[in-house]
Amino acid sequence: MTAHARHAAAFCLLLFTALLVNAVRVQVLDAPAYNGNPANRRPVIARFDHPRGDILVGSRAVTGSRATGGQLKYVRTYTDGPLYAPVTGFASQTYGATLVEAAADEALAPGEDITTTIDPAAQRAAYRGLGRKKGAVAALDPATGRILALVSTPSYDPGSFAGTGPDATDAWARLLDDPDEPMLNRALRQTYPPGSAFKTVTAVAALASGTVTDVDEPTDSPDPYPLPGSTTRLTNESTSGACRDASLRLAYQISCNTVFGKLGVDTGLDAMAETAEAFGFNDPALRIPSRAATSVFDPHMDRAQLAMSAIGQYNTAATPLQMAMVAAAVANGGALMQPHILDTYGGYGFSVYRQVMNPAVAVQMQQLMTAAVTDGTGRNAAIPHAVVGGKTGTAQNGENNRGLPLAWFISWAHPDRSPTPSVAVAVVVEDAAADRADISGGGNAAPIARAVMRAVLG
Amino acid sequence: MSATTLDAGAPPRPATPPPRRGRGMEFVLLLCAVLISVLGHCDVGLATAGTVPPDTLRYGCALGALALAAHGAVRAGAPCADPLLLPIALLLNGLGLILLQRLDLRTAEAAAPTQLVWSALGVALFIAVVLLLRDYRALARYAYVSVAAALVLMIVPIAFPAVNGARIWIQYAGLSIQPGEFAKVLLAVFFAAYLADNHHALAYTGRRIWFLQLPTGRALGPVLAIWAISVGVLVLERDLGTSLLFFGLFVILLYVSTGRTGWTAVGLLLSGAGAFAVGSLEPHVHSRVQDWLHPFASIDAGEGPSQLAQSLFAFAAGGVFGTGLGEGHSVLIGFAVKSDFVLATAGEELGLAGIAAVLLLYAMLTARGYAAGLAMRDPFGRLLAIGLASIIALQVFVIAGGVTDLIPLTGMAMPFLAQGGSSVVTNWIIIALLIRLSDTARRAEG
Repeated sequence: MTAHARHAAAFCLLLFTALLVNAVRVQVLDAPAYNGNPANRRPVIARFDHPRGDILVGSRAVTGSRATGGQLKYVRTYTDGPLYAPVTGFASQTYGATLVEAAADEALAPGEDITTTIDPAAQRAAYRGLGRKKGAVAALDPATGRILALVSTPSYDPGSFAGTGPDATDAWARLLDDPDEPMLNRALRQTYPPGSAFKTVTAVAALASGTVTDVDEPTDSPDPYPLPGSTTRLTNESTSGACRDASLRLAYQISCNTVFGKLGVDTGLDAMAETAEAFGFNDPALRIPSRAATSVFDPHMDRAQLAMSAIGQYNTAATPLQMAMVAAAVANGGALMQPHILDTYGGYGFSVYRQVMNPAVAVQMQQLMTAAVTDGTGRNAAIPHAVVGGKTGTAQNGENNRGLPLAWFISWAHPDRSPTPSVAVAVVVEDAAADRADISGGGNAAPIARAVMRAVLG
Repeated sequence: MSATTLDAGAPPRPATPPPRRGRGMEFVLLLCAVLISVLGHCDVGLATAGTVPPDTLRYGCALGALALAAHGAVRAGAPCADPLLLPIALLLNGLGLILLQRLDLRTAEAAAPTQLVWSALGVALFIAVVLLLRDYRALARYAYVSVAAALVLMIVPIAFPAVNGARIWIQYAGLSIQPGEFAKVLLAVFFAAYLADNHHALAYTGRRIWFLQLPTGRALGPVLAIWAISVGVLVLERDLGTSLLFFGLFVILLYVSTGRTGWTAVGLLLSGAGAFAVGSLEPHVHSRVQDWLHPFASIDAGEGPSQLAQSLFAFAAGGVFGTGLGEGHSVLIGFAVKSDFVLATAGEELGLAGIAAVLLLYAMLTARGYAAGLAMRDPFGRLLAIGLASIIALQVFVIAGGVTDLIPLTGMAMPFLAQGGSSVVTNWIIIALLIRLSDTARRAEG
C-alpha cells in the first residue's frame, strides 16, 4: 500500500505541476496576446484613471475632466462643446476619439495640455455668423499656416456621450440619426462643388501658364460659350453681355462663366490639374494633423468637362479648408503654408506646403481679388482700414442640380498699412431654409467671412 | 498482528532527545500567517483609499484570536500533530479574506465580513473535532451512516431552486448552504472505511481477464454503486466539479488500497469514453467543453468576453509579479468573481509569483496529508488521510485548472479562498481531521 500511496502522491504533485506550468503559459507566454485582445477593457480603464490633458484655445482650456466615481474614473467634459467640436473632436469612453483628441492623444492621455492655433474671437465670429444655417468656415493665417477657425454647423456637444451607459449611447444614437449630420465636420471632412470660387484657381493656372499675360487685355470669349465637342452652351448669370471678350480682371470681378470655362480649356487639362494639385487638390495625405477629406480636381476629362471644372462644377469638389488654402496662397505671395491646428505637434508646424505660383502672379491675383471686393460681387466683405480680397461662388449641387445651391466666399485681408496678410478664410453655406434664388456667395457667405476677418484684424 | 508484549498505548519513552512535537514552530508560523494577512489587509486599504483600513485592528485581533484558539486546541488535543497544517490553512483563509475584502470594494455585496463569521464557525468546528474526536477510528464505525448522510445531503438540493444553473444549494431564511461540500468528507470516510475493510478481497480475489485482475462484484459492487449514485445525482444537479472530484477520489483510494493498476486504468479509460460522450452530447457539458477549447468565441461572436475570457485577461494582466493588491480589475469577470473565479484576483494582483505561492501552500497541505497517511499503521487511517489530502489536491486542480483554461470549467470552490460558508467550514473540518490523523501518525513514529 505504501508504494501505491507514493504513486498517488506523485499523481497529486503532477496535478500541481500542471497547474503551475499552465499558469506560466497564461501569465507569461500568452499574456501579451491576452493583454492585447481588443475585448480586454483594462487599457481603457487605465486610460481614464487620471485626468486627461486639456486642449487649450488661446490660453483657456476648452476641455476638462470630471471624476465619475465609476470604474472609468475620469470622464471628459467640454466647455462650449458645440463651438469647438470641429476642433477638439471627442474623447469618449464608449466611442473612442477623433480630431485633436485623437491626433494629440499621446500627449493628452498622460495628462499633458495641448495648445491649438485657434483664435477664439475668429472661431466665435464664424460660429455666430453661421448661426442656424448649415455650413462651415475655415480660416488660416496665410503667413504661417496656423488654422484660426474651424467651424461646422449644426454642431454637437462632445460631452453628451463622453462617458458610458445609456445616457451616452442614447446621445450618440440621436446624433447619428439626425438628418442634419451634426457630427460631420463640414470644414475639414466634407467636400462641396466650389463653384465660381474655383475661378481663382483657373485664373492662377491661366496666368502661370501664360495663357493670359495681361489681366486687362480682352479675352477672345464668346457669350454664351459652346462647350467643346458638345451642343451645350455655357451661359452667365448676368445677360448684360459684359462677359463677351471680357478681360480677366473684369471676368473675375463679375464672375463670368463663359470666360473662365474657355480659359480652362485654353490653359489645358495638364496645367489646370497641376495648379489645382499645387493648391492641395487630389492630395490624400493632407493632414492638420487630423486627416482632411481629399479635394478633387479630376485629371482625366474631356474638354467640355474641363470647361465645367474650370468654373468649379462637374467633378470638382473642395473642402472649406482647401478653399481657405487657395485664398491663403494668393495672399501669401504664392507660398502655401502647411495648414496646422497644433503648434509643432506631430511634425505639422510652420512649413511650406507648396510654392503654388510665382510672386508676380500672386500680386496680379491679389489685385483681381481686391477688385472683386471693391467693385465686384464681393462688396459685402469690405472692411474699413483693411485691404480685402475675395471671390464669391454659387455652386450648383447634386445630381442634375437637384440639391440646394451652395453659397461660397473665399477671401483674405490685411490691415491698410501692413503688407503681411493676416487671415484667409473660406465660408460655405448650404441653407435649406433660404429661397433658392436668394442664395449667393456675396449675400450669404461674404458677411460671415467679413466677421471672421474683422475678429482676426482686431 | 503478531502477539507482542508491548502495550501499544504506552510506548517506551526514549531518554534522548525529547520528541520534536513542533508546537513552538506552529505558533511562530501562525504569527507569520496572521501578520501576512493583516499586512495584506492594510495593503488593500493603502492601494485603494490611501489609508490603513479603519477595521485593521479588529480584523487582526479576530484572526489572531482564531489562530490562538485553534493552536490551543491542537496543544491540548493533538500535541504531536503536524505543525504546518494549521498555519497553512490559516494563511489561505486569511488570504481569501483579503481577496474578498478587496473585491467588496468594487461590488455591491460585502462578502468578507460574512466569510469571517463562517471562518470563525469553521475554526470552532475545527476545535470541536480536535478536542472531541479523540480517536479517528470511531469514524470507521459510522461509515454507512456517513454515506447515507452524504447521499441525503446531495439529494436534498434537488428540491430547491437552481442557482446559476446548478441545483446544489439549500436556501432557507436567507441562509444558503451547499450540502455537497459536507458530503465530500462523509464520502471520504465511507470510501476509506469500506476499502480498508475490503482491500484484500478487492486486490486478491476475482477473475483475471487478459492482464487485468478484476475484483469480484461482491467486493466492488457496493462502493461502485455508491460512487455511481453520487455522480449520477451530481450530474442531475449540474455539479460537474464535485462529480469529477468524487470520481478522482474514488480512483485514487481504490488504487492506493488495492494496488491494481490494471483496472484503475480501465476505470480511467471507461470514464474517459464516458466524459467524451457526455462532453459531445449533453448540452450543458458540451458548452463547457466548447468554452474550454475556444475561450474567446463569445468575443468573436460580438457578445463580449465570457467569464472565462475575463479570467484569462485577469491572469495575463497580473503577469509575473502582479498589479499589487487592490490595483487590478478582476471585477470585470462578473458574478462569480468571488466564488469560482477568486483565483483570478490572486492571479492579477499577486501575479505568477502569488499563484505559485498559493499552489505551493496547497501542495504542502496535500503533501503533509499524504505524509500523515504514509506514517499511519492502520489502513483506515491511512486511506482517510490520503483521501482528505487528495480532496484538497483534486479541488484545487479542478477549479484552478478550470479558471486558467487547462481543463473545462466546472464550478467548485477554491479551498479557503473562495466565498462560501459551507466550503470554509468543510475545509476546516478536513484540516481538523488531518491534524488528528497526523497526531496519531507522528506519535507512532515516536
